[in-house]
Parts: sequence; structure tokens; C-alpha cells
Amino acid sequence: MTKPVGMEVAVAAAEAVALCNIDVAACYPITPNTHIAEHLADIIADGRIDAEYITVESEHSALSAVMGASGTGARTFTATSSQGLMYMHEILPITPAMRLPVVMGLGNRAVSGPINIWNDHSDIIMQRDSGWLSIFADNGQEAVDMFIQAFKIAEHPDVLLPINVNMDGFQLTHVVEPIVFPTQAQVNKFLPPYKPFASLHPDHPLSMGTLGLPEIYTEAVKARDVATVNAKKVIVQIWQEWEKQFGRKYEPVMTYKTAGAEILILTMGSMGETAEVAVDALRKKGVKVGLLKLKLWRPFPFDEIRKAVRGAKTLVVTDRALSYGGPGGPVCSEIRAALYDQPNRPEIVNYIIGLGGRDVRVEDFMKMIEGAPKAKKSGDAYQIYGVRE
Amino acid sequence: MSTLTVTPNYATGVVSNFDLFAGKLVDREEYFSCGHRACQGCGEALAIRLMCKALGKETVIANATGCMEVISTLYPTTAWKLPWIHVAFPNAAAVGSGVEAGLKVMRRKGRIPDRYVKTVAIGGDGGTVDIGLQALSGAMERGHDMLYVCFDNEAYMNTGIQRSSATPFGASTTTAPAGAASPGNRTWKKNVPEIMVAHNVPYVATACHSYPIDFMNKVKKARAVKGPAYIHCLAVCPTGWRAESKDCIKLGRLAVETGIFPLYEVENGKYRLTVEKPEKLRPVTDYMKMQGRFRHLGKEEIGYFQDRVNLEFAKLMNKVECIESWDELKG
Repeated sequence: MTKPVGMEVAVAAAEAVALCNIDVAACYPITPNTHIAEHLADIIADGRIDAEYITVESEHSALSAVMGASGTGARTFTATSSQGLMYMHEILPITPAMRLPVVMGLGNRAVSGPINIWNDHSDIIMQRDSGWLSIFADNGQEAVDMFIQAFKIAEHPDVLLPINVNMDGFQLTHVVEPIVFPTQAQVNKFLPPYKPFASLHPDHPLSMGTLGLPEIYTEAVKARDVATVNAKKVIVQIWQEWEKQFGRKYEPVMTYKTAGAEILILTMGSMGETAEVAVDALRKKGVKVGLLKLKLWRPFPFDEIRKAVRGAKTLVVTDRALSYGGPGGPVCSEIRAALYDQPNRPEIVNYIIGLGGRDVRVEDFMKMIEGAPKAKKSGDAYQIYGVRE
Repeated sequence: MSTLTVTPNYATGVVSNFDLFAGKLVDREEYFSCGHRACQGCGEALAIRLMCKALGKETVIANATGCMEVISTLYPTTAWKLPWIHVAFPNAAAVGSGVEAGLKVMRRKGRIPDRYVKTVAIGGDGGTVDIGLQALSGAMERGHDMLYVCFDNEAYMNTGIQRSSATPFGASTTTAPAGAASPGNRTWKKNVPEIMVAHNVPYVATACHSYPIDFMNKVKKARAVKGPAYIHCLAVCPTGWRAESKDCIKLGRLAVETGIFPLYEVENGKYRLTVEKPEKLRPVTDYMKMQGRFRHLGKEEIGYFQDRVNLEFAKLMNKVECIESWDELKG
């Protein structure tokens, strides 16, 4: 294992993608993912990996192009954020339908309007039902690890689904962190070459992306759902393999100081580390609080959530996106659904935080945790935290 | 490692020693098989069959959503004996870009057999000149080694004859219908071949299934270009044009003989008519009277149509006669 190096996380993400020896990348610039696209272009231009880099004219074409390339059996990558992801929206559900294991890097950013380039999760949340696997990194090391894991997960013969690796824009993509890189030999050992189930070549002509009539559409949806649900087992298994080879642990729901916790707070993405500091401070004050960090967004880890909250009286769920006029934050909706028919479920408080780059500090997490009983009493399904009035 | 080769998307498309081929030399193999669900007299299905014969086996097709995808690939059947991919409506050129890049890099890395395979993207007029124009422009500008063929039946026929920017002036469509206050479509057909010429695409041509050898020659020529190429093929749609199925071939010929859809090619900047200019163009009414989509037009509109056809034809002839090839310009 090599020594940690200080590197901007977006740049490190591109280095991780290069370690996976991709064949084709197609990226369109958008803040804050641009540094991934730029650094990957640098790596290819310098001849460090042998790959084609398509400078597409839009995100819509970026995803279309990597799907075409993936159809030929190539290992493919694209990256985007916010409006770019929204522009891909038409194509996003077709990638998993065609079982093309495209890997996408997302520098999560708020969706317009008002136009805002800073971080929240509204971009990926709006694409929730597109059928992509979706994982979240807390820090730079996790981002690097997850990109390498992502190719193995997506290309696994029992999965064959596209996956996006989520990194909070700026708050993660643009910070310099100490990162341990695996060697090329270690990556080669972990990640086998991609063996496509089917590919576009005159030696074995086939039709990809055909028309599904009502007689077959439902079955196609069912097949896709089964594949997505089953992917969790493979993801967990690949994370265990990673831990065995590299010593860093990944689980669908990571826990921090949850032993004996009466109050749990749940985060997804880079705010987990801020929340850890808040939990440390509150524990020192004698508050029995612990932290849950959601790493796997799709497929959603229902069983792991049920297990993780066992014994807690209150669960504070933080969300970085909102479903307007809906039941609250999208993460919280899933958790409420997971716990609805559970006996002895904790009381749930939902805070919408960190929208459009609004900073959430350690003391904010402490306030949210300490204010949970009052928030519960209000009867509101959710609270938008820190609104300036 | 990738070899550093500078391949400008011009001057690489010179196809010298190109032999014309006769009908008896046409490939007997069918790559677009019968049994698909196209309408009777569908010009587009015929054009695709001819295109595939000219392209041959070593080809991958990227197809935009449209009639051809719908009629040929009802799961679990397919009419395609060539490797074929469809993703969505606006992105055939982008998907083709990726296929081309994938085949290139996979061959370079020794992961597929070391043979040249041509990437061909196809779409209807809607998928090409309207919603797909951005992806087409991007792919052609980037210089992918890819042929794009637009099968232009002059409206959104798959969804029910809605007007596109390729719909001719005066045609009645379901979204630009003729009525007491409207002559039908009010705009002149967008000249997308000319937009492709402006992209410095080394080979641009117009074609029609009613001139099968001419069309197949152009496909062969375009296939030989190591870079982007574009063919705009008029595809008669009896259903959408409100014409008789038996008149499909005749209508294609009349479109050419009236000068409404001249057949030409632009090779490295040089314009050339590929079907000889008749002594005198036939009147546009010979073409229009066989189609219900024009039946509402009065003398005034037909007069405008004829004048505009004359002007557009003169503009083309001016290019044919005056514009020199890039090589000639270089001296």
C-alpha cells in the first residue's frame, strides 16, 4: 500500500477511473464535476491510458455516446452534475434497461432555479427512479475506492446495471484530502476485465434496444427490478472483498458510535464527517447519540436500515433535497417506508439541510439533535433547517 | 498507447478509382430482411434494404427512434441481420459516435478482431433535422469515422404525420393542417445537406430509393470515406403523403424530375449532379397532383412553390458550376 498523497478529490476520482483502464469516456463540462472531466482528458492526452475521449456537445450525447461504446463491449465512463444530469434524463432509464454497465461520476449540485452551482442532492434525487445503482462517498478516499468498486459492481454478470458514484459538489469535489491510492497491480487483481454479455460486432449480429410491446414491457420491468434488488447482495460481497484486500470497510449503512444510542442521526454524503464531530461533542456531554451514514441509495438497503435503528427512541433523518408538497425529504420517505410496519420503531424527525451549498456546521447538527423532541412535537412531516427569516 | 495521428475531417475523403457498379453486381444477401411491419409501398424500408446491401456485413447500425425502429424490431423479432442499436429519438448520431469510438479502441487494444467495421447512424427527418440536429452537428464536427443517413419522408410519420422542418411548403400535416386560414405548412424545407457541407464533411449527398444504383453508389462512396459522411435520402411515404402505395417509386422519380429534390453529391467541397439534369424540369404539379397532402393548394400557392423550386434549383446549379473543390482551391 502506498503512502497517502494530498490531492483534490475530483482529480483523485479521475485517477481512480484511469486505474480502471477505461476504454471510452464522454464528458461535457459542468461545474462542479468539470475537474474530473478535465483531469481524465489530461491522463488520456498524456497517453497514460489507452482510451477514446469524446468531447460531446451535450450531456444528452455524453450518455448516448458511452452507451453506444458500452454496446461494443468497451468499459465506459461519464461524469456530470445538476442540469447536466437533468439533460441526460431522457436517456438515463434506458441505460439500465439495456443492461449497459456505464459508470458515472456525479459532483452533486443543486438543480436550478434559482440557478445555483453549489451542493445539495436535488440532482440525483430527481433521477431516483431511473434504475441506476447509486452510491455516496463521504470523503475523498471513499470516492477513489468507490469508483474502482463501481466498475466491478456494474460489470458483475449478476448485475450488469449502470451505477453512479455521488460526491458532494465543491464540499467534496474541490477539497484537497489525503488519499491512499491502490497500485495498478492491486486494481488489476481486484477488477477483472469487462466481459460483456452481448456486444455489437458483425461476427455475431444482434439487435439492442428493441421495441417492447405491452406483452413484454411488464416482464422487462420485472426483470430489471429483480436485477436491481439482487444487486445489493453483489455490492455487499464486493465491498467485503475490498475490505479484505485494502482494509477499508464499506457497508450499505455505516454506523458511528451507535452502541447504546437513544438518538440516531442519519446522513448521506460528505456531511457525515461533520455529523461525526457533533456526535463526539454530544457524547462527551453525555447525550446517548449515534450516527448512521447511508452509503447505498439504490438499491435501498431496507433490512440494513431496520437493523441499524433497532433500540433507538428517536431517528433524526437529514435530507439534502425536498419533494415539494410531498412527505418530506426523499431519504426520509424511504426510511419511513422501511420502518412503517416495524414494532418498536423510533420516532422520526426529518430536517432538510444544506440546500444549494448552505453550510451545515457541527453546531447545526448538535442543534438538530437537541431540538429533535421539539421538532417532533410540532407535528410537521419535515422542517427546512436554518431558514433565514 | 494511442498513436498520435492528426486526422483533419477534410482532405481524407478523396475516393479515387471508385468503380460504379451495375444492378447485377448488387449484393444478393439481405441484411434487412422481409417480414417487418412497414406500410405497403414504404420507400424508407426499401431504402434501408438497399443501403444495407451497399454497406455489406462489416457494419454496425445506430438507429434513431422512428418508423424503422418500430417496424423492424418488435421484441423478440428483428429484421436486422447487421448488429444494430437503438437508444432514443434525438441521439442516433451520438450513439453512433460511441459505437465508432468503442470499435476503434477495442480493435486497437486487441479485444475484438483486427478488422475495419463501419459505423452507420440512421434516422428519419424528425430525428435528424429537428430533435437530432444538435447530436448530428456534434458528431460530424468531431469528425467521427461514421456515415449518417437521414431517411427523409418529410414529416413525423411514425407519430401520425406531424410537420417537421423537412416538410415541404404547402403540405398539409396533422400539426400544420390546411384550413380556411392556412395553406398547410408555411415554411420551406430546411436544407440540411447544406448544413452538413458547412461542417466540412468530406462527402455529402442527396439520394432517393427511386434511383437505387445512384443511392447505393453513394452509400459505397460514403462508406469508403475515413471520416464523417452524410447522405440525405428522400423516402417516399405513401401513408403520410396521402398517395397510392403503388406510386412510391414514381413519386421519388418525379421529385427529382421536377427539380424539387435534385440528386447531387458534394465531395471535398465540389458539387456534382449525379442524375443528369433534364432539358427542362417537369412542372411541380406533376409531382403534387398525385399526393393528397397538396390537394388543397390553389394557383397562387402552386405558383409560389414552382418559383421557389426554380430558385433553389438555380442556386444548386450555381454551386455545381462555380464552386471549386478544396484541392482546386489549394492550387
